[in-house]
Amino acid sequence: MYRDDFVRRIQRPGGDRRRGRSIHLDIPLFLTLIVLCLGGLFVLYSASGQSLYFVKRQAVFMLFGFVAMIAVAQFPVRFWERWALLFYIVGLLSLVAVMFVGVGAKGAQRWLDLGVTRFQPSELMKVAVPMTISAFLGKRYIPPSFQHISISLILILLPVLLIIKQPDLGTAILVFISGFFVLFLAGLRKRYLVSAFLLVMAAIPSFWIFVMRDYQKQRVLTLLSPEDDKLGAGWNIIQSTTAIGSGGLAGKGWMQGTQSQLNFLPESHTDFIIAVLAEEFGLIGVLSLCAVYFVFVGRCLLIALNSQSQFGRLIAGSLGLTFFIYIFVNMSMVSGILPVVGVPLPLISYGGTSVVALFLGFGILMAISTEPKRIRMEL
Amino acid sequence: MIHDAAFTDPARERRIFAGRLFITAIVVVVMAIVIIARYFDLQINRHQNFATHSDNNRVHVRPATPSRGLIYDRNGELLADNRPTYNLTIVRERSKNLDNLLTNVAELIDISEEDKKGFRKRLKRRKPFEQTPLKYNLTEEERGILAVNGFRLQGAEITARLTRFYPNRELFAHVIGYVGRINERESQSIDPIAYSGTDSIGKIGIEKYYEDQLLGTVGSENVETNARGRVMRILDSVGATPGDSLTLHLDSRLQKVAYDAFAGQRGALVAIDVKTGGILSIVSAPSYDPNLFVSGISQKYYNRLINSPDRPMFDRAIRGQYPPGSTIKPLFGLIGLHNKTITMDYAINDPGYFFMEGIERPWRDHNSKRGGHGRGVDLAEAIIESCDVYFYKMSVKTGIDLLSSYSEIFGLGNITGIDLPGERPGIMPSRTWKQEARQEAWFNGDTINVSIGQGFMLATPLQLAVMSARIASRGNMVKPKLVQSVNAEVAETEVASIPDLEIDSKYWDYVHEAMRDVVHSPKGTAKGISAGLDYEIAGKTGTAQVISIDAEEEYDSSKIEKNKWDHALFVAFAPVDDPQIAVGLIVENGEHGSSAAAPIARQVIDTYMKSRPPRESQLVAAESINPGEAR
Repeated sequence: MYRDDFVRRIQRPGGDRRRGRSIHLDIPLFLTLIVLCLGGLFVLYSASGQSLYFVKRQAVFMLFGFVAMIAVAQFPVRFWERWALLFYIVGLLSLVAVMFVGVGAKGAQRWLDLGVTRFQPSELMKVAVPMTISAFLGKRYIPPSFQHISISLILILLPVLLIIKQPDLGTAILVFISGFFVLFLAGLRKRYLVSAFLLVMAAIPSFWIFVMRDYQKQRVLTLLSPEDDKLGAGWNIIQSTTAIGSGGLAGKGWMQGTQSQLNFLPESHTDFIIAVLAEEFGLIGVLSLCAVYFVFVGRCLLIALNSQSQFGRLIAGSLGLTFFIYIFVNMSMVSGILPVVGVPLPLISYGGTSVVALFLGFGILMAISTEPKRIRMEL
Repeated sequence: MIHDAAFTDPARERRIFAGRLFITAIVVVVMAIVIIARYFDLQINRHQNFATHSDNNRVHVRPATPSRGLIYDRNGELLADNRPTYNLTIVRERSKNLDNLLTNVAELIDISEEDKKGFRKRLKRRKPFEQTPLKYNLTEEERGILAVNGFRLQGAEITARLTRFYPNRELFAHVIGYVGRINERESQSIDPIAYSGTDSIGKIGIEKYYEDQLLGTVGSENVETNARGRVMRILDSVGATPGDSLTLHLDSRLQKVAYDAFAGQRGALVAIDVKTGGILSIVSAPSYDPNLFVSGISQKYYNRLINSPDRPMFDRAIRGQYPPGSTIKPLFGLIGLHNKTITMDYAINDPGYFFMEGIERPWRDHNSKRGGHGRGVDLAEAIIESCDVYFYKMSVKTGIDLLSSYSEIFGLGNITGIDLPGERPGIMPSRTWKQEARQEAWFNGDTINVSIGQGFMLATPLQLAVMSARIASRGNMVKPKLVQSVNAEVAETEVASIPDLEIDSKYWDYVHEAMRDVVHSPKGTAKGISAGLDYEIAGKTGTAQVISIDAEEEYDSSKIEKNKWDHALFVAFAPVDDPQIAVGLIVENGEHGSSAAAPIARQVIDTYMKSRPPRESQLVAAESINPGEAR
């Protein structure tokens, strides 16, 4: 018997109604989020070529995200644990729908047109997959058995394959990683880790030949020697490293980045926005952002460590680490140490669904973080 | 599902999780360090490289076109100007679809096949983001249409630039020449930096000869461009230095009188300032409009010019080589006197023909009726009446070696060194020349032919004018020159050197007198132009055979085609007592120097004399008298 079971037993249906008026909010997360969002809008204004249109839209998404996050935080963790699978199934069906009625650009079908706005189901899966795996493993022995690992892998691979099909390799890898983190945090045994590692190594050639598209291969090759194709695939990396490098220590100043303002930098307001920040605010700007991110990720991991439930630990840890992976992949690809995959810089890059999906995850983190409070009140 | 949880050990679960979280936290820190190290490397260690690269990206050097030096005549009248013209240019990088753009443009304004062909050609040679001209000299209407439809024509622009303009059109075409677009061959040999701001280069005439001075020095502008090459702002610039402006010795009034005097006949005239060697007028008729060449002449016009039997493109004044005919006689007489092969008293009997020992066929006297000039023909009479037989005899006495070597001193047989490209040297025949050119020995018969400026002998109108000026100045080595001053600073005037030969002044007096009498004596061949002169002209007529007429036959113009008629020549200088102006001219197929050529010289000399010295009263008088003639 542990306390969760005890709590579950004394909790009655409809018990939520007797909760106090106090709002569930994690103050450190909330404050760092505000800093990130405001900073992001600030950089976005410059990166979009002083476009208030983008800034306004992004601000609306962020406001919507904040509201969604706070709403999510008000529900008990167990609620999300219980409904995770439904969440997952809806996401999976949306992905299937994308295959048939999806819209997109540049040869990729990624969006569902909801009339009011476009919606990218694959972004949702970044939250839904770790939630489902956490919910599944949360109720089981850990370290997970082979059978549970297999079920988890199936749950992970279904959406991943659908996303690869779109094609959106970057998101697919991130969804996979977010699910894998849960398995890892759940204490996946070393023998599975080693065999998984060997399997991945062995799979890379066939992956290269059968799964990856030509443009994706090109990106990898480009990373190895961008100078080979200066005006083609290498252009992005050359221009972004130039932007970063020319920023120096203190940067060229807000809206003074020549690489970004004169359109040498591609995708400057979306995936490559860190290059704008690096060019205009220099290494000081980059380190400041990293510091805020570090505090944020640290707080996420702390919430995971302090979580009362297995589900809470797994999902909080996975979400925090995935968040870090976004940052790492984005900053690496823009600075030329990873191939260009479409991963936005969280909360800084322009993009609606990605912001909302992130905030949903933060809402769950807050719910976990404020769980003890809930328990105290319920007692 | 609950059964699993019932057997779980929360403490163990926590421990496993904490262990795993610890591992991941370490990995997170390591990865964060990798990222920060990467940014540190880019932004601190390699900052300088990237800063340079970034500047290279955005900062481009754009040439600032210098304006080409202007060309003025001696009175400050503009002969070559720069005028703004508007061209339609296309930057390929900025047009999404070049073919669509061309189609759209062609729907709005008239684009000829030739424009398109030229555009495609230029497109191949252009640098990235360079404006490639599609159509030159847009009319105001075309500019309006294009401006209104500009939004549909991305990549197309109207650019203003200064273009050479020759306000006097055909009047100075040969001497000033023209600029044209740099062709493939020229682009190999020019300095690409010096020409980076222009696509024009001097093709012929002064424009070519003084290309280096006229071009000016290209400036540069550092401009910031965006990724699509559009100029956002000018960062700094080094201004271009305009080309030197040239002031010529030419007098456009004189030029116009001379050109009009040809009245459609083919020919050439050169008038020289005897004191300075400055070319006062240099005409080759007929002419053409050099403005046609500036922006590229259409094939149709070009063919018309090239195929015209009158050969308007041919610069007869410096490249036309004609037998000088009798115009050479005063010089040969002078050479005979100076070398004492003849004397002033030496006289001959002219029966109208001349037999040389050992040769059966006689040399006819072309300038007299059958029976010749009769007895007692001395050098003066031989010049005044242009007696051939006298010169046949004196040339045999003098010999080709003396005639040839002295003639060269007077400018024959060599280029005069005028500041124009493409001058031809003519031929002053000599023993060596014949040996080299024909691999034949010299015969006395050759000397007899040369004695009346025929045979192998050839001279350009410029050479005749120079010879005339050197005779007029009593042996000063007058050197022909077009440019008087550069940027209004008088160029170093070469002091006419005193020649090696010192000819006795009594011989000069004698020859000048004889040439004066050609015009002013009632027996003179050019007496027709003496009427109403208030000063004295010295001259010599000449007639050059185009086809050889058998000595037995009479030359009868009615029997032969006009383009085989004799050329009419005239050399002159004035005033006789203090020569100022010397003239040499030819009228092709004009038949007689006296009737066709001499009157043109009279008009030119009259115009010159009346405007000189340039006192206000006389200028006004000259202008009020001349309009009729100037038409």
